Amino acid sequence: MVKELLTGNKATAYGAMLARAQVIPAYPITPQTTIVERIADLISEGRMEAKFVKVESEHSAMAAAVAACNTGARAFTATSSHGLALMHEVLMWAAGARTPVVVVNVNRAMGPPWSVWADHQDAMAERDTGIIQFWCENNQEILDTVIMAHKVAEDPDIMLPALINQDAFFLSHTSEPVDVPDQEMVDRFLPPFNPKEKLDVDDPKGFGSLVMPPQYMEFRAKMAKSMDMARDLIRKVDREWEELTGRSYGGMMDMYRCDDAEFILFGAGTMMSTAKDVVDDMRNEGRKVGIARLRILRPFPFEEVRYLADRVKAIGVMDRTYTFGQGGPLYNEVNAQLYNHTNPPFTKNYVIGVGGRDVIPRHIRSLFDDLEKVQENGYGEEGEIHWWGLLDGSTPKEEM
Amino acid sequence: MMAKLTIPEEELMSPGHMGCLGCGATQAMRYVLKAAGKRTILSIPACCWAVMPGVWPNTCLQVPELYTPFETTGASISGIRAALDALGQEDINVIGFAGDGGTADIGIQALSGTADREDDVLYIMYDNEAYMNTGIQRSGSTPLGTWTTTTPVGVKGDWEKSPKKNVTAIMAAHGIPYIATATTGYPEDLIRKVKKALSIKGTKFIQIFSPCPTGWKMDPALTVSITKEALSTRAFNLFEIENGVYRITMKPKKTPLKEYLMKQGRFRHMPDDLIAKVEAGLDTAYENLLHLEEFTQKKAGSSQ
Amino acid sequence: MPGTMDEIPITPINTVNSTVVKTGGWRAFRPICDTEKCIKCWSCWKFCPDVSIAISENGPVYDYDHCKGCGICANVCPVKCIEMIPENK
Repeated sequence: MVKELLTGNKATAYGAMLARAQVIPAYPITPQTTIVERIADLISEGRMEAKFVKVESEHSAMAAAVAACNTGARAFTATSSHGLALMHEVLMWAAGARTPVVVVNVNRAMGPPWSVWADHQDAMAERDTGIIQFWCENNQEILDTVIMAHKVAEDPDIMLPALINQDAFFLSHTSEPVDVPDQEMVDRFLPPFNPKEKLDVDDPKGFGSLVMPPQYMEFRAKMAKSMDMARDLIRKVDREWEELTGRSYGGMMDMYRCDDAEFILFGAGTMMSTAKDVVDDMRNEGRKVGIARLRILRPFPFEEVRYLADRVKAIGVMDRTYTFGQGGPLYNEVNAQLYNHTNPPFTKNYVIGVGGRDVIPRHIRSLFDDLEKVQENGYGEEGEIHWWGLLDGSTPKEEM
Repeated sequence: MMAKLTIPEEELMSPGHMGCLGCGATQAMRYVLKAAGKRTILSIPACCWAVMPGVWPNTCLQVPELYTPFETTGASISGIRAALDALGQEDINVIGFAGDGGTADIGIQALSGTADREDDVLYIMYDNEAYMNTGIQRSGSTPLGTWTTTTPVGVKGDWEKSPKKNVTAIMAAHGIPYIATATTGYPEDLIRKVKKALSIKGTKFIQIFSPCPTGWKMDPALTVSITKEALSTRAFNLFEIENGVYRITMKPKKTPLKEYLMKQGRFRHMPDDLIAKVEAGLDTAYENLLHLEEFTQKKAGSSQ
Repeated sequence: MPGTMDEIPITPINTVNSTVVKTGGWRAFRPICDTEKCIKCWSCWKFCPDVSIAISENGPVYDYDHCKGCGICANVCPVKCIEMIPENK
């Protein structure tokens, strides 16, 4: 194991190399570009043996990846924002075709207004495609997750594509020390991709044909079953990785100082690293606070959410995007799990950091203060869904 | 077998498929598979051929086939080829088999990418001059004057207002090594061109004129004979472009366009002045082709 | 036809030869060949879109389970030895 200073994008490229991705169709988009640049270099330097297909769009990137997977090759690609949106149709196809393509998405805002900065709208809009979704908070986790995602996605019981999310610039372009595992160790962990069914001239079969209504529903139910089965596998793979490397990401959810916590902030990505730091400070002050960081969005960690619900007074849900007309997406997801729960905790939605706006320690502290206050006194004037830091006077000036 | 056959006897397409009576696109598939043989992987996007092999679990195709979203044929065959290369599997033909709408319209971006990268695949556009699987809507490949369900005649004469898109010229602009046109009425020529294409490395493109009795409002028994009239009226021309050099592979004696048009319900509304305009356009296109042939052959001869 | 959750694969994979589908039921006109007049040129076999004509020493043998009765064979026959007969007669 070698420690290197890597950006999130370089960690992604190393992950693909160590996972021995065989076909990589990709198209450049800011801030994903250095992933494809690094992959091109790794192949050019002879360190990586993969076919890099320089496609003319993200739609074609995903289509070529699916076809490569159907042919029996391990396929990987990376994109961001509008590129992921362009892939939408083929993400659906990859899931239905049961082709475990692994896609890294650098989370970036959707335009207009044009913005290249961190925002979770791109991935949240793909929640219903049937793709497994991993969310990372640092560059080590990105590298490790690329390898783990292949193992989960390619499992014969799962066979679904996987999306790995990392925040634009905060991770993609920020260097951190990253342990680069030995190839030999990764090879032991991740066997070669060998799908049961593939395009084969010696055993000709047709893939993905028309199915009539009496069967279509069964195929979709099988997808749903595999997605549900992924929960246990993700936990198992996380434990196996920990045995090999000493690193665990909490399986389905990363819970930080949640054991005796009364107030929890739940959210995804890099802002949760900041939040963990603040929790350490507040713990020193005797505050019973904790962080639940989204690790897996699909399948949703409902057991983990309910585990927390049994223990805490309030959950503040931080959303780095919005579902127009229906609150923040994570807020909806969490609340959906709590409706049938006995004595659910109080919840409030904080829409924050949208379009790459900074989320700094003072903000996190303010959120905890607000959460404690509204849990006791009820929602204030700003209501249940609070766009935190909006320049409309709803957030106290000293807290912005 | 004692019989003297002019095309390979082996069948890789079975009966029991869902093609309409007299479907030219099924003939096209039958001949392409006869030419390509068993060591072939097919990729088929949304089009008539996405339905015709049969409803799951049936298929009339005896080669592996991958169904893909409408606009992805080019990307899909590139992905298959890249995977075969990565897996070290050689001597396998990779063929995309898409309709005219899936090629000239929605799929042209991915096809352009494949051709630009010079990926080693054969792309076949079976051309029935409209979106037939969805019920006869106009495509870029629909000829001037045609009735379709989206270019109705009505009282205003809203028939198709632009000539057939010249897809082979678009492909020629990519500088790929082999481009050809063929038609189901001449299977020997079609099979020769497919075999030739598969013997060349790089991206190859073949446009197969494939009559659709359903969409053309035509007697299905005429599927073969109508192609001969298409050629003699210059409504479709048979040629190949090998490394930029044009060769017209059939130069039939000209016959009047009107006779060809009046056999098909999709054209019967056309007034004489429109027919004259279409005919003039087709004659010009054919003359241009003759000039291209002469010019490129002369140039190739002088450079040798 | 396989149908239950356990019987079906994870995604539709087509393995059954389409010959199980008897498209002959679509036919309104039945081709009949006068084999005495047949010159064994095999144009009918060559152009059949339904792969429903077999080659034999005596001339074309129709697969009426699959022939849809399009009439191409009768149309391309150079000696006109194939007749299309209405099915209801």
